[in-house]
Amino acid sequence: MSFFARMFRSATAAIALGLYFTSAPAWAQSAPKTLRFIPQADLRSIDPIWTTAYVTRNFGYLVFDTLFGLDKDFKPQPQMVDRWTVSDNRLTYRFTLRDGLKWHDGEPVRAADCVASLERWGKRDTLGQKLMEAISEMRAVDDKTFTIALKSSFPLILDALGKLSSNVPFMMPERLAKTDAYQQITEAIGSGPFKFVKEEWVPGNKAVFVKNPDYVPREEAPSFASGGKVAKVDRVEWLYIPDTTTAAAALNAGEADWYEQPPADLVPVFAANKDITVATVDPLGNHGILRFNHIQPPFKNLRLREAVLNLVDQKDYMGAAAGDPKYWKTCAAFFGCGTPFESNAGADALLKGPNLAKAKDLIHEAGYKGEKIVLLSATDQPIVHGQALVTLDALRKAGLNVELQANDWGTLITRRASKEPIDKGGWSIFHTWTSAPDFFSPAVNIALRGNGEKGWFGWPTDPKIEELIDAWFKAPDPATQKRLAAEIQVEAYTNDVPYVPTGQFIVPTAYRKNLDGIIVAPVVFLWNVEKK
Amino acid sequence: MTNSGYSLVFTYIVRRILATIPVMAVVALFVFALLHLSPGDPAVIIAGDTATLDDIARIRAKLGLDQPLYIQFVTWVWGLLHGDLGISIFTNLPVSKLIAQRVEPTITLTISTLIVSILGAIPMGVVAAWKAGSWIDRVVMVFAVLGFSVPVFVLAYLLIYVFAISTDLLPVQGFVSIDGGLGPFLSHIVMPSLALGMIFAALIARMTRASMLDVLAQDYIRTAQAKGLAHDKVLIGHALKNAAVPIVTIIGIGVAGLISGVVVTETVFAIPGLGRLTVDAILRRDYPIIQGIILVFSAAYVLVNLLVDLSYTLLDPRIRY
Repeated sequence: MSFFARMFRSATAAIALGLYFTSAPAWAQSAPKTLRFIPQADLRSIDPIWTTAYVTRNFGYLVFDTLFGLDKDFKPQPQMVDRWTVSDNRLTYRFTLRDGLKWHDGEPVRAADCVASLERWGKRDTLGQKLMEAISEMRAVDDKTFTIALKSSFPLILDALGKLSSNVPFMMPERLAKTDAYQQITEAIGSGPFKFVKEEWVPGNKAVFVKNPDYVPREEAPSFASGGKVAKVDRVEWLYIPDTTTAAAALNAGEADWYEQPPADLVPVFAANKDITVATVDPLGNHGILRFNHIQPPFKNLRLREAVLNLVDQKDYMGAAAGDPKYWKTCAAFFGCGTPFESNAGADALLKGPNLAKAKDLIHEAGYKGEKIVLLSATDQPIVHGQALVTLDALRKAGLNVELQANDWGTLITRRASKEPIDKGGWSIFHTWTSAPDFFSPAVNIALRGNGEKGWFGWPTDPKIEELIDAWFKAPDPATQKRLAAEIQVEAYTNDVPYVPTGQFIVPTAYRKNLDGIIVAPVVFLWNVEKK
Repeated sequence: MTNSGYSLVFTYIVRRILATIPVMAVVALFVFALLHLSPGDPAVIIAGDTATLDDIARIRAKLGLDQPLYIQFVTWVWGLLHGDLGISIFTNLPVSKLIAQRVEPTITLTISTLIVSILGAIPMGVVAAWKAGSWIDRVVMVFAVLGFSVPVFVLAYLLIYVFAISTDLLPVQGFVSIDGGLGPFLSHIVMPSLALGMIFAALIARMTRASMLDVLAQDYIRTAQAKGLAHDKVLIGHALKNAAVPIVTIIGIGVAGLISGVVVTETVFAIPGLGRLTVDAILRRDYPIIQGIILVFSAAYVLVNLLVDLSYTLLDPRIRY
């Protein structure tokens, strides 16, 4: 028999052997109560105070718990707190924790843990910092009770303790909460409905959580971050699949149960699969942002910012950022549409749509002489880059000298921290986007602030806005808050234009039909989810 | 080989290993400089979209990134000399642990790709050379061109579509260690190996063919044929053995390409390997990971070259060090 005949026989035998061993695939048979979830990003950090990354925030909600949680009306509801009292002058709050709260290491949750956790959170979070300025003392009275004494009235104290998005005031054991706020905690020991299995964590690939058998959920129905957090699966596996096509294929093939944020162009792929549901479980969505550099020419000039405001057609931006019109809407409200502080006050320019003639008049009035405008973009962020391309086109049509400098997101966010002029590495405009919990009120919308160079990138200065925001924090009732929020918006559109909202969009989610109980909320919560 | 022969080889190996030290030192300096001089700041990425400049400055200080570059370099090298590759800025886990988690998938993928490509490509190259000018030769050359031309990710998607989505024969993504069972292990590694192996097989097939054509034209081959030896004995026993040196060289060079090529494959198939770890670390400027992995890759490449050079002595007795 020739050499090649012998090789052919060996190869055939090898293939047959291989097929035998592969004929009983093991991948499809997960444990029946394991939820396999494809998250929006890789879990890189397990400290939701150290980083504001949404994926770490979502991790935090699985592993940690909060004193209060916002419900679907954005009202704070008690979570770890059983009851509380307020002094007549509204300057002293006394909180008592629920019975049976335990950390994942078996130790009971104590009031001292909560005080230390709040102190750590207050060092990093902007709303937390605002609260800490108003506090004169926080102390544990006994193991279940702690008090907060205020220097001045802070009507939003419960809203702050139930803050929905990054940084969420998660409770940790005191030994972890004593970690410097600018350093990461070394372990994720919380009191939440799931425990993190750190031994199985492969950063960039997989994170595993198991049901916390000691968790005592509240009895109320779940509503956003409040109510009963009942873990209805035994195990949750976060499978980070960086390639979106592969992630979609994994969901289609049943290797995953839920794909948190599939790209818009892959959504039709799921439509053909009768076992998959595409839904919008985030009722509010996200807000596109066109942000100016207020401390360098040419957008140091209000008239030029107004000119750009008159060039923006939100439909173009949303088409580029979010694609299918059923997933976006135009919205000129700085605090978003569908939120408690939605308003169109002062937003005429954006509501009426682009006005090239007016924009050109404003450019002339600004005395613009062709100075270069540097538009930053990040090609690895489709929503950012899509918006940037629309801006590039709009500005050029108006005769502005604009140069697009596209890099990656890491470079963009490094570059935007520069306060230098353009010729020394500065910038004029960048785009980004943010989710509803981070723009829905003056308490959290940091892009609207007018605190100059101490503020967020772009550094607008507007003392009137700061004054109005301070007044809003002290507002005695919701009607006053709403009025003040509208005034903030009018001031912003009339005398500042800190940024231009480019529209509101929702990223749909896709999950297999055997999942039930998904909570409709602007943050993904994995309790209450059942796998049939 | 005589005792003196073994002694010479041993000395050669020791000399080559010692020579890697200055190589690694240059790589370390180069990588450090390149990273710290390129744009991007991990403190900014850590601080997040809503951070202030003050937050960023404090994080930078905590990470030691506000220190002069030479101090950061010396600190890192001092750790290296003690076997400490540092701590990941983002995950707060030791770099050595992160690399250890990822070594098995990458090595498995590399080895399986090598096996698949070599077992497929060398016979193709041999047959193409033997039947030079025929339709078999043309088919092999078309395969080689396709292998170079089709991007790895395109082939990967095609394989996923055919074998996973349409026929449900193989899984879409992921990696299972051999500890998890031979069946699951093989089923997860087949497609990535084929996707990555195509370009490598194309390279080896072409080199095999070219080298074989050169050897088949030699007088001793004509003599062997004239003596009445069977075709396979002539091809394998005489020609291939003599053609092996350039083939092994190209395999060695190709391993370096494979190491970089695994990035795309690992991304498409969601394999938690070193390639993806590197790319993720670069995107978020996790300096300790990037530095650690580059050093590991450099050491691996030096080792591969050493093994290739040593193999010459087995393949060609005329080559001695």
